[in-house]
Amino acid sequence: MKKKYSIFALIKNSLTYHENWQRVWRDPEPKPQYDAVIIGGGGHGLATAYYLAKEHNLRNIAVVEKGWIGGGNTGRNTTIIRSNYLWDASAGLYDHALKIWESLSQELNYNVMFSQRGVMNLAHNQHDVRELKRRTHANRLNGIDCEWLSVEQVKKFCPIINCSPDIRYPVMGSTLQRRAGTARHDAVAWAFARGADSLGVDIIQNCEVKGIKRNGDKIEGIETTKGFIKTSKIGVVAAGHSSVIANMAGLKLPLESKPLQALVSEPIKPIIDTVVMSNAVHAYVSQSDKGELVIGAGTDSYISYTQKGTHEIIEGTLAAILELYPIFSRLRMLRQWGGVVDICPDASPIISKTSIEGLYFNCGWGTGGFKATPGSGHLFAHTIAKDEPHPLNASFNINRFVSGDLVDEHGAAAVAH
Amino acid sequence: MFIIKCPYCGERDHSEFSYGGEAHITRPKQPTELSDGQWAEYLFMRKNIKGLQYERWNHSHGCRRWFNMARDTSNDKIHSVYKIGENPPK
Repeated sequence: MKKKYSIFALIKNSLTYHENWQRVWRDPEPKPQYDAVIIGGGGHGLATAYYLAKEHNLRNIAVVEKGWIGGGNTGRNTTIIRSNYLWDASAGLYDHALKIWESLSQELNYNVMFSQRGVMNLAHNQHDVRELKRRTHANRLNGIDCEWLSVEQVKKFCPIINCSPDIRYPVMGSTLQRRAGTARHDAVAWAFARGADSLGVDIIQNCEVKGIKRNGDKIEGIETTKGFIKTSKIGVVAAGHSSVIANMAGLKLPLESKPLQALVSEPIKPIIDTVVMSNAVHAYVSQSDKGELVIGAGTDSYISYTQKGTHEIIEGTLAAILELYPIFSRLRMLRQWGGVVDICPDASPIISKTSIEGLYFNCGWGTGGFKATPGSGHLFAHTIAKDEPHPLNASFNINRFVSGDLVDEHGAAAVAH
Repeated sequence: MFIIKCPYCGERDHSEFSYGGEAHITRPKQPTELSDGQWAEYLFMRKNIKGLQYERWNHSHGCRRWFNMARDTSNDKIHSVYKIGENPPK
């Protein structure tokens, strides 16, 4: 049984120099057989396991992770959370997640540092203005908070933005979703891991999947670096490596895996208390609680699993950042990294059954999966447990590429990658 | 960042080139006779290989010609480049 985190626990443990805190999750060896196995111990995978155990009472399950939990894209993103998507299906999916975020720290008894500081999407030309106003209306019709800010209101809401009409791509207005914001990425993985572990889920790290055993169109188990594990249900949540796992099962997915970069500056005093994104010049920035500016860059155009991108992508992003925020011109960048993101042709995810019985995929989140973490896990758990999609992820099935019923969010995503 | 050897122009920085996706996907000769599934296979499904991949590139800021490349996507190492219409090297 997990001991609860509280102010009293903090005081009590401070008396013994914090040497007696309970282990947050166990480190078990795999059992020979599970009712379901989740491949991938990132936020989405751990959330899936948590909801499988909590809401569907599947307790004999495991999460296998080839590295350490939260060490993939969960630890490599810019932690932005929002739900201001254009299409109804996306709005339903992402707002489902946002509503879970709002009470996640309480539910998991773990501070995920969810901060509803607002997300702005800047417009830099007439077309942007029309598109973003359209999205504002679409959001409101779907019950999602969104408002339009004039240039004067932009300047008032976030004073450090350069709103001069003389710059190459002048700011012409912005949308604002006040319920949107950020969360602490590591804490999200750790919170779900702790929650899942306390419900009996085995979290097995340093365990790479080497093969998927099928008997005809049925799943029989997985070969791993820690031996064979028998199971009849596999949920794959492997992000950039989804196609690698799919190939093991003899499936092809409509995905391309590309490097997406981000970078953080040296820490400075609080200067920006919201998240600002700009599609047209491709720059987005927020400030972490440590004081670092967190800056998102774009993807490279080619497939690569290297977790590193090219310098001209960073150069382009920083040029845009400096024009919008001249005040950052003398800041030094501390770290830069890349993650491998799996992108669907319609830039929407896949949360779906497959043609193989017992094999499920949750992938294709591309450049914006972090925001959906709890909602994605919740809906994927439902899909695995019931062997049918929840109404909120029914549109995100893999057959949409055959039927043509795509959820085209390329233009509507806040930043085009 | 890597250097690409264009079969027509020689070695250039990769920023001069545009990526054209997986190579050797042949457009169906009779599109109208395909099922929706076969059409989806041609249009959307990709190997997305981690390892040696055959892919198309265009020297868009140079000679503007298309060519093929064999590159390892796990380390970005280029094994060879070859012209459109040629068979991939073994």
